[in-house]
Amino acid sequence: MVTEDDVRYVARLARLRLEGDEARRATGELARILAHVAKIGELDIADVPPMAHVLDVTNVERADKPRPGLERDEALRNAPAVTDECFRVPRMSQR
Amino acid sequence: MTGWEPVIGLEVHTELKTQTKMFCGCAVAYGDPPNTHTCPVCLAHPGALPVVNQRAVEYATRIALALGCTIRPRNVFHRKNYFYPDLPKAYQISQYDEPLAVDGVFEYWVGEERLTCRINRVHMEEDAAKLVHAGESGRIDGSDYSVVDFNRGGTPLVEIVTEPDIPSPEAAGELLRQLRTLIIELEVSDCVMEEGQVRWDANISVRPAGADELGTRTELKNMNSFRFLQQALESEIPRQIAVLEAGEEVEQETLHFDPETGSTSPLRSKEEAHDYRYFPEPDLVPLEMDPVWVEEVAAALPELPAARIARFREQYGLSRYDAFVLGHARPLAVFYEEAASSGVDPKPLANWTMGAYLAHVKEAGLEPGEGFITPARLAALVAMIAAGAVSGSAAKEVFARMVEEKAEPAEIVERHGLGQISDDAVLEATVATVLEDNPDEVAAYRGGKTKLLGFFVGQVMKETRGRADAKRVGALLREALGEDDT
Amino acid sequence: MSDLDPLRLTALEAKRLLVEGEASAAELTSAYLRQIDAVERRVGAYVQVCADDAARYAARIDSEMTASRGALAGLPTAIKDNMLTLGVTSTAGSRILRNYSPVYTATAVRKLFDEHIVMLGKTNLDEFAMGSSTENSAFHTTRNPWDLGTVPGGSSGGSAAAVAAGEALWALGSDTGGSIRQPASLCGVVGMKPTYGAVSRYGLIAFASSLDQIGPLTRSVGDAALLLRHIVGGDSSDSTSVELPSRIELPSAERLDGLRVGVPREYLQAGIEEGVRRRFDETIALLEELGAGVEELSLPHTEYALAAYYLIAPAEASANLARFDGVRYGYRAPDCADLGEMYERTRGEGFGPEVKRRILIGTYALSSGYYDAYYGQAQRVRRLVKDDFDKSFAAVDLIVSPTSPTVAFGVGSRIDDPLAMYMSDVCTIPANLAGLPAISLPCGLSDGLPVGFQLIGPAFSENAILAAAHALERAIGFDPAPTFRGGETVEATTEATS
Repeated sequence: MVTEDDVRYVARLARLRLEGDEARRATGELARILAHVAKIGELDIADVPPMAHVLDVTNVERADKPRPGLERDEALRNAPAVTDECFRVPRMSQR
Repeated sequence: MTGWEPVIGLEVHTELKTQTKMFCGCAVAYGDPPNTHTCPVCLAHPGALPVVNQRAVEYATRIALALGCTIRPRNVFHRKNYFYPDLPKAYQISQYDEPLAVDGVFEYWVGEERLTCRINRVHMEEDAAKLVHAGESGRIDGSDYSVVDFNRGGTPLVEIVTEPDIPSPEAAGELLRQLRTLIIELEVSDCVMEEGQVRWDANISVRPAGADELGTRTELKNMNSFRFLQQALESEIPRQIAVLEAGEEVEQETLHFDPETGSTSPLRSKEEAHDYRYFPEPDLVPLEMDPVWVEEVAAALPELPAARIARFREQYGLSRYDAFVLGHARPLAVFYEEAASSGVDPKPLANWTMGAYLAHVKEAGLEPGEGFITPARLAALVAMIAAGAVSGSAAKEVFARMVEEKAEPAEIVERHGLGQISDDAVLEATVATVLEDNPDEVAAYRGGKTKLLGFFVGQVMKETRGRADAKRVGALLREALGEDDT
Repeated sequence: MSDLDPLRLTALEAKRLLVEGEASAAELTSAYLRQIDAVERRVGAYVQVCADDAARYAARIDSEMTASRGALAGLPTAIKDNMLTLGVTSTAGSRILRNYSPVYTATAVRKLFDEHIVMLGKTNLDEFAMGSSTENSAFHTTRNPWDLGTVPGGSSGGSAAAVAAGEALWALGSDTGGSIRQPASLCGVVGMKPTYGAVSRYGLIAFASSLDQIGPLTRSVGDAALLLRHIVGGDSSDSTSVELPSRIELPSAERLDGLRVGVPREYLQAGIEEGVRRRFDETIALLEELGAGVEELSLPHTEYALAAYYLIAPAEASANLARFDGVRYGYRAPDCADLGEMYERTRGEGFGPEVKRRILIGTYALSSGYYDAYYGQAQRVRRLVKDDFDKSFAAVDLIVSPTSPTVAFGVGSRIDDPLAMYMSDVCTIPANLAGLPAISLPCGLSDGLPVGFQLIGPAFSENAILAAAHALERAIGFDPAPTFRGGETVEATTEATS
């Protein structure tokens, strides 16, 4: 059964801030949804190979040849903050 | 440290010298202005998708084969999920439970001792971007902000994981040095340490000597200096022993090494223990390794150090250790072999190469093979000694002058009159002089202190500025001192 | 100049008019821009209309491009706003990308640009394509042109509504669990999801990588074939894209003699509304009249498909949406003390509730200790769902079902009950899990609202599906012009994009 602590842990992993009531509500919603999807646990299928790729394709590779990329100003165009031609982020967390 | 033994394992990351990144066509380049080698893929723009670099797979395979690994028939990429500014997708495309290769072994030397270390796995992944912390110390604490340069992000990375088979800090250092040499010889990476092209994490634990079970281990992350690694291990091992001897438990944690203090301390955890939530990368399809292709890669491998060392022992009659010193790195091995091809006796050549030549090259900051002393020139000097044209000790001076004056050995000998004195008349005269000058020692010698022969030989050599043939001198001295020399 | 009726004109017909000089590109684009002016306030199909650019480009086609015109030159097209268009803001219906200026164009869209389509604008969608009603858009809720008090479906609700309302000749959408087919069904238009891999995903803002596909929303099956033909093909930028074994043909079939059709009994047990069931049964009868043989069959793992989907899709999405962290583009929460706060507030404020819900589910399903029971198990179910289809296609050529269990539901009627919302996709999800092509075409009305009929085929059977759908469409004779009853001006939920 998923608890509010579980939801806070998962929210932290996903870097999602849940304000005020959000964590409690999310816990209820998640509990209901997970209860529903957990029905797949009924199936005894441990020896069925999981399907990670629906296409029956392998070995897609590319030659090691340079291709044109972005000019620096294009790369920085959407950046919320720039310093010295680099993407700036606030200092690392102290905790 | 009695009663305890350290157990060390390494995870080595090496950047490949492909032209382009692992999953996009941006150039792999060093030292260029920031953010000039990026594209939607390595900047993780919405909708961007990775495509595997074929040459990176080839280079990774070379490394795995050179480490004696089994190339798995099929390998798959996985997403390793965590948040950090140098990781634009907030996941790294790496490999998890279906890696490129497993179960290898690496042979290396510590002094004269040959050790082996099992290789657990070799896999492919992409490098993170470069994160620089602005502010005073350049370290995380106390910086106001950080900046990210994505040029490096996406560079192909090969990860080599060893089993915890490494028995000492010295062994760890040697293993890394020799592994780096091997990777360079495979021509898959330049392993430039200053550029972070090769880095490693070490995990270290201790256990009662001879025990089987492993103790709790701590981890040293992201080092790129052999010296610091050794120091860090030399600091951490006693610390763990002290903890255990105090009856407490070693905590599993990540450590930081401070070169200033020479000790380790726990890294302030930037996050809790990572839950990476690995799952197969849906944007990439599996790689099936064609055994014929793998064979071709294996066949195209250069002679590996272990094989070359074995060959040197056999072919040149060298001791295990000498074969290691001369054979484990290509540049010196090539130098030695070329010199040996002149036909000169390989054993004295080995001594000269490992001795005077190696010392010269180190001091001059050269790579073996560079500079004035070519294989031919060294061989010529060794040949002159064998022919008796110059004495062994005078030859040292000849070598030094060759380096300085950039002239052939024969010329140096002529120019400076360093030719070996083989004329018995001259030698006898010098012997006579020496014996005359040292009557007490002569008496002592005749009285039974035969060890003084060395003293007399030394005196003669001094008189002749080292140019005398020491063996002949010894024989003449014995004669003169009244012993039968047959 | 012939009478251009944006509510009924097909692309094939429009193309003919242009080629034969009976209409100019400017006139054609103008007709759709006028319709947008007339109804967009009440329908809200678009996030952004590019009226000036469209008119200008259409005029250029007429004046400059007389010689080498592309195959789709002058055809007014709407593009779902989760496909990147260089130079035109692309938002994915999210606050976190509200002002995002793409640095490249999606391959599928670029292919259409290469054929000289006229892009009318970017259509509204559930945020990051997560939803079945377009109510999860950060900007506004699009309305169903058949009844403006109801939803157009989702997540490609904007594209479906635009086509239905005559605000575009045709549109591109994306389908992960039914997001093209279900809105097509609710809006009375044709919508097709190709075989997984048939269309490049490069430039499609990813939701669930192993399920997403781009596809057409059109007024006729023939149009769907035409549009599909020009977006399919392997792309060196997408490792999961493949060449189709044969070219997409414009369908012409009128009879379906010899066609074997299967009806999975599990789909009919999935809470299908009575009116929908009646239209479905009538369409089955039509199929038989056209010469097809219809039989019931079983896809036994159907009941687990929805659950598997609601583990796999959120899991992949949780990783795909992690890049929206305020570092390199998009929204960044202001005045953050440190990086941790920046991450959490940016994503907390930038994402809407449904997106956050799915990220939480997905992260949970992948997290340590739960992976095998949830994500791992879902991937096993996925294989079984695909196996069910593969086995069935040994006995039948196509599988059919209602597209959606219900007709369009009222705005706000399911938004507070995620599970009820998820049930909208119960008939469409299995085809995504199995990577199979599927089409929805309108087969009639129930209570004045459109009902959709779905055909699913084996991998790469697009031509067979299109042929059958075309013959059926002829026989059904559905009038695609909606009634526009009810509703008022659509209100914005958030500030629209710049």
